[in-house]
Amino acid sequence: MYQIHVQGLTKSYRIAERQPGMVGAVKSLFHRTYRDVDALRGIDFDISRGEMVGYIGPNGAGKSTTIKILAGILVPTGGRCVVNGVVPWQSRISYVAQIGVVFGQRTQLWWDLPVVESFELLREIYKVPNNRFKTSLAELVELLDLSPLLDTPVRQLSLGQRVKCDIASALLHEPQILFLDEPTIGLDAVTKASVRGFIKEINRNRDVTVLLTTHDLGDIEALCRRVIVINDGICLSDSSIDELRNQYVHEKHVVIEFGNSPCLESIHQDDVLKSEGTRITFLCTSDISDFVAQMTSRYEIKDITIETPPIERVVTELYESSK
Amino acid sequence: MTALALKSYIAVVSTRFRTLLQYRIAAIAGIVTQVFWGLMKLMVFSAFYEVAQNQPPLSFESIVAYVWLGQCLFALFPYNVDPDMRAMFNSGSVAYDMLRPLSLYAYWFSRTLAFRTAPTVLRLVPGLFFAFVVLRLVGLDEWVMPLPPSFVAAFSFFISILLTVALSASIMMLVSISMFWLIDSRGMVNLMAGVVWVLGGMIIPLPLFPDWVQPFLSWQPFRGLCDIPFRIYSGDIAGFEIVGELVFQLAWVAILVLAGVWLMRRAQVKLTVQGG
Ligand SMILES: Nc1ncnc2c1ncn2[C@@H]1O[C@H](COP(=O)(O)OP(=O)(O)OP(=O)(O)O)[C@@H](O)[C@H]1O
Ligand SMILES: [Mg+2]
Repeated sequence: MYQIHVQGLTKSYRIAERQPGMVGAVKSLFHRTYRDVDALRGIDFDISRGEMVGYIGPNGAGKSTTIKILAGILVPTGGRCVVNGVVPWQSRISYVAQIGVVFGQRTQLWWDLPVVESFELLREIYKVPNNRFKTSLAELVELLDLSPLLDTPVRQLSLGQRVKCDIASALLHEPQILFLDEPTIGLDAVTKASVRGFIKEINRNRDVTVLLTTHDLGDIEALCRRVIVINDGICLSDSSIDELRNQYVHEKHVVIEFGNSPCLESIHQDDVLKSEGTRITFLCTSDISDFVAQMTSRYEIKDITIETPPIERVVTELYESSK
Repeated sequence: MTALALKSYIAVVSTRFRTLLQYRIAAIAGIVTQVFWGLMKLMVFSAFYEVAQNQPPLSFESIVAYVWLGQCLFALFPYNVDPDMRAMFNSGSVAYDMLRPLSLYAYWFSRTLAFRTAPTVLRLVPGLFFAFVVLRLVGLDEWVMPLPPSFVAAFSFFISILLTVALSASIMMLVSISMFWLIDSRGMVNLMAGVVWVLGGMIIPLPLFPDWVQPFLSWQPFRGLCDIPFRIYSGDIAGFEIVGELVFQLAWVAILVLAGVWLMRRAQVKLTVQGG
């Protein structure tokens, strides 16, 4: 039984078209024309309890739209979506009490309240028992290093500090599911690492299901065994990061450390990317095991490393190929 | 709504209330202005009462109470909109409030209650001190705020003011939610303020209006803001009449809340279908 079930999900936004000029403005008083933007065009995926899934795609792909539907604040145009056995937007109030949502782009904390008072208010709103709240808060404060921020009004926090507080606030009521829309936006390298560590910890310790969108593929590599790629409202792929690599990038870099300077006449010079003495980097587009076998049979070899291409390249290629 | 659910909303009110209590300077500035206008109004009314041919329908003592209550409770009336609320409804980002396990109407109603009462509480103490004590000390005995004539009047006034708070918040909610459909809401809010001041009785107490408008004035909801509680205070509305007036206030609160809930539901449908 899946915790999150999404099938054939579609969403089109209806936008009122404005005709240019004075005549257009007058016309549109009497007759509005609309244009439909298809943000989602049939998304399918299932997520089990405790999974941590990356949800990536270029700008405007439909990631935030999907998150809003899953969070119960947007109604799709078509398709099915069942989370924790309920349809999110149909039983919104009881449903949202069970989930945590962070939109990195905007805060859900109260602008003029000190962080700790925001947390107190959330305790009342989610009806968290006092002792549970205390332990939960203590854990979050420690993991995210929030204690210097607690008495600061939210409007005085820096972007990164605010995002950390937002993440903590989404977990105070111990939700089973966490939806994170760009949770590492605007974070410096150190904070990013600590937030990643935190998300990992929460996923492991509390068995929280996590679906996260990001433009930082480092997040995906650090956190997600599974990644769903969408573009233009459709799923391009749903697999592990390694599978994604193998599937979309058919070339690898093989670095070979030779015992002595090899005579390379027999090797196609085009395949040599870099040559530094006995250390030579080859571009391998054919079967990698054949290539390695061939080399080892001919030469004396000290060391072989096969470099996997950076995930950025994989994703760029994927986005490009879907255009 | 269960008692447990109610607790959440009470927390919303009290948190917002405490936050707003920080704006003391604005409140002091406000009460100085209101005291000034109170004195001006009383000057005009005493001139008017001196030359009046026949007995006006409200005693001068009632007028004094009417004026000072109006000035001290000024912030209670729905003449302006919570800037937070305006921003949230104008931009459609109120959709994100739906991430909380709260009724959107009840949540914003709670915040509105705090927005109306916190500044009022801040202005009340210096305002009443001026109306009761300072005026007596300077010898303007005619203009000193009178006490209610009986315990019943005082107690009914208290109940009536609570209903005024609810009425004011429900009016504000209707205005705020309609901002969701308007591109520019300032005109609407200004219009609203004018209507509240005139039809509530803040400019001229309603009994002093000509007879031919009285039937209309007596049925409109804004009368529940000033006219009813102030005249209960002065004993101008007394006896069994009080019950009728309290029911009148309560009925308008119910009607306006229901209208607000309906309108909010429309806004929510638009938000969740069109996406903020
Ligand atoms: N409220 C809205 N009204 C109209 N169109 C919208 C609305 N929200 C999103 N869209 C459109 O829907 C499409 C998907 O938007 P969405 O915000 O889901 O993208 P995204 O994948 O989150 O992009 P990004 O990486 O830039 O955050 C875009 O073409 C966008 O213009
Ligand atoms: Mg987005």
